[in-house]
Amino acid sequence: MSAPVPPPAANRTAAQRTAPRSVLLAVLLALAVQIAWQASRPPARARAQDLPPAPSLAALQLAALGDPVALSKATMLYVQGFDEQAGISIAWRELDYAKVAAWLQRVLELDPRGQYPLLAASEVYGAVTDPARARLMLDFVYANFLEDPDRRWPWLAHAALVARHRLHDLPLARRYAAAIRLHATGPDVPPWARELEIFIAEDMNERDAARALIGGLLRSGQITDPHELKFLSDRLDQLNRP
Amino acid sequence: MMRPALIIARYTLLEALRNRLLWLLLVMAAGAVAVSGFLNELALTESRQLQAALLGAVLRLAAVFLIATFVVTSMAREASDKGLELLMALPMPRAVYLFGKLAGFAALALLPALCFGALGLFFAPPAQAALWAFSLLCECWIVAAFSVLCMLTLSQVLPALAAAFAFYLLARVIAALQLLGHGAGSVQSTGQQVLNTGIDGLALLLPHLDQFTRSDWLVYHSGGSTELAAIAAQTAIYVTLMSAAALFDLHRKAI
Repeated sequence: MSAPVPPPAANRTAAQRTAPRSVLLAVLLALAVQIAWQASRPPARARAQDLPPAPSLAALQLAALGDPVALSKATMLYVQGFDEQAGISIAWRELDYAKVAAWLQRVLELDPRGQYPLLAASEVYGAVTDPARARLMLDFVYANFLEDPDRRWPWLAHAALVARHRLHDLPLARRYAAAIRLHATGPDVPPWARELEIFIAEDMNERDAARALIGGLLRSGQITDPHELKFLSDRLDQLNRP
Repeated sequence: MMRPALIIARYTLLEALRNRLLWLLLVMAAGAVAVSGFLNELALTESRQLQAALLGAVLRLAAVFLIATFVVTSMAREASDKGLELLMALPMPRAVYLFGKLAGFAALALLPALCFGALGLFFAPPAQAALWAFSLLCECWIVAAFSVLCMLTLSQVLPALAAAFAFYLLARVIAALQLLGHGAGSVQSTGQQVLNTGIDGLALLLPHLDQFTRSDWLVYHSGGSTELAAIAAQTAIYVTLMSAAALFDLHRKAI
């Protein structure tokens, strides 16, 4: 057996000799040179980098080491970090939205129960001023809504409002609202969600419609995450401001 | 014969504690909590799920890394200090030595399982956190048993560590490799078919560690008794296999 035996006190004292002064000087000198070297270098300049193309699902599954949920969460943060890179804030309209949609799709494929990519698509990236880019995000939300309508309907509801009031595309908004009515039929879906077509069809302005939707979501108690509650409450406050 | 094995196990555990392994585990847990807490703040939604998933994945890797490294370096040190030769000279079967070492490493694996499993309680109901901790314990036992076999067979630290980590990596991705191989289209070349057969063969030999210690249990609380039974059975089978192989190798050693 090789269980280490602590050295006797005398040996321990003998082991604690003082190092030669020259060695200590060498350490301090090397440390000073290192600090001087780093201080003399120009400060790092932030450079915006393009979002790389999304890897294949197969590659991500291998990289996940059998834990796709953890990789999905980490990947989502990676994608989200691309519009706020170190020292630089990139406007959403400068992001390649096809790549963003592909990354969000991968995140969702790794963890189909996750809602984060759908929230990001409808609430964050969907708020871009460029209609073509916004449509890409709305299409992403709609395409994925049908796979799990009872849990993904809030994001399609947001998408319907964006289509109605930002893109001024009434048929598209109606299609989304009708999809919620037809497919989101689970017991946990509040009845007013299925009546979204009324918001859309009525000549309600964007502020009132969004207020009704966000207020309804908050009141329903379906949102429990503190960050999401704050995000939606802030949005509601913005809408309520005159 | 139980008593010598227990003494060997006790000293193995003592060696780990004197190597400050417990402190290292606590520092790792604190570091993982800090990093995952920082990432949690960045999330717009599902912040707790995100923290639980990342924390679980990092802690699992940390536990396996520490256990495999300790097993290999501890056995290497014992061999170079001639402690192994001393023990082999005692009037006891070689199996007692091996089971003593394995029992010591198994007891050691309880530390990360309990310490990291307790963190799971912050994110999941007790039953799910307990399942996660039990699964981590089983994963560590399998890795420890394989590391013992590697060290007895290869006798060198670097090859043994490389083999242990390669085994772990392969056991975690083997199911994904199988899916990729079989999903790559209906028409496959002879080379692909040979490769797929090889992967399928490997899948029969390896424990499917992707079914162990899943973040889903902490995030969606989806674990159940079926998973528990499958993990317990797989661990019992694989630890027995590794122990038998290690014993076979130990008997062949000219000490």
